[in-house]
Amino acid sequence: MPSSVRVKTLRIDDLDVAGDEQQTIFDVAIEHDIPIPTLCHLDGLGAVGACRMCLVEVTNANQTRLQPACATPIEEGMQIVTNSPRLQEYRRMILELLFAEGNHVCAVCVSNGHCELQGLAQSVGMTHVRFPYHYPQRSVDASHRRFVVDHNRCVLCTRCVRVCDEIEGAHTWDLMGASSQTQVVTDLNQPWAEAETCTGCGKCIHVCPTGALFEKGHSVAEMHKRRQFLPYLRAMREREL
Amino acid sequence: MTMTTATPTTTTPPPSSKPRLATIWLDGCSGCHMSFLDQDELLITLAARADLVYSPIVDTKAFPENVDITLVEGAIGNAEDLAKILQIRRNTRLLVSLGDCAVTGNVSAMRNSFGVIPILERVYHEPALLHPATPQTDLPALRERVCPLHEVVHVDLFVPGCPPDAATIAYCLDALLEGRMPDLSQHTRFGK
Repeated sequence: MPSSVRVKTLRIDDLDVAGDEQQTIFDVAIEHDIPIPTLCHLDGLGAVGACRMCLVEVTNANQTRLQPACATPIEEGMQIVTNSPRLQEYRRMILELLFAEGNHVCAVCVSNGHCELQGLAQSVGMTHVRFPYHYPQRSVDASHRRFVVDHNRCVLCTRCVRVCDEIEGAHTWDLMGASSQTQVVTDLNQPWAEAETCTGCGKCIHVCPTGALFEKGHSVAEMHKRRQFLPYLRAMREREL
Repeated sequence: MTMTTATPTTTTPPPSSKPRLATIWLDGCSGCHMSFLDQDELLITLAARADLVYSPIVDTKAFPENVDITLVEGAIGNAEDLAKILQIRRNTRLLVSLGDCAVTGNVSAMRNSFGVIPILERVYHEPALLHPATPQTDLPALRERVCPLHEVVHVDLFVPGCPPDAATIAYCLDALLEGRMPDLSQHTRFGK
């Protein structure tokens, strides 16, 4: 470790741990095999804390707050609880709200069986949604020769936005609108086929946690996402820097 | 404990001594019932443990009273579904939402984003039919929105899956007949 790195000590659940001050609570927890569920977070992409699945209870200077583990840098003396009944309830509630807000029909989805949203629902024991479903009218853009975006299945994690900007350097994807009308768009909300900045690399497809982005030619449950490229590209970039 | 010496007067116990089981299919595709039938030889065991008092696979016409467990496949899509589920709830001790349509609305609810009139137009008028006409009689009116069971009645157990597989249904019934609530998190999920 270079001498410029400052080490911070903290407590996660019942474990005394230490980390580099640049690290987040999530990074340090993972290094110590403490599982924290995530959805928008993806190793190799910048953190946004968009989904709130990784909320943990952070006590510092006698104040307890809920903070997203993926976007909160560690601090000296932090006491962190990663899996209290309150957190379990909030995580389940967040998932139920995601299901209620979109049109997630697992049975007819290309990502059935390989979907992070579906997997999280099962892992937190979510057997049904307690909120009324919204059934929003959302569109599908299949204009691209190879790819499709189905907004019904989008959870606005912004992984596609980040991978396109941070890794591919094209910034084809971004967000448009506010609140429940928010959606991802290509270029200036043009059909994907007409988005001139898109290089057709397909990275967005493979980082998408659900079936919102998929390759044409895949039917129900056939879309497997391959993310091996991401840690590799990040390592190469860090070496260059 | 005292021994009783009473001589049995009948060779088989009266049917009412077994839990009364019902299954019904509302706005769904019957896939969950196919899965129920896929229990194969376990159905023989089930028949010994419970009385199937109402089901698409038995001949009872009216939904009976005093049912212990009802498995409900399908969502609430029309006026008849709603009337049925209200009666089922009144007559049932343990109501089980069986499968994704009952639990989430699933494929049955995919029409919700479009509205009833456009859907009827699409089905009964847009295709090149000889006599395009929306059915006006003999069919229950579609509700504006298809909804899962628990939006209209209290549900005691949710069994997701499209369909839940036979082993999951068997596991679930085994627990319920023993008076336990099954933990299904390792057995099934949405879209199974």
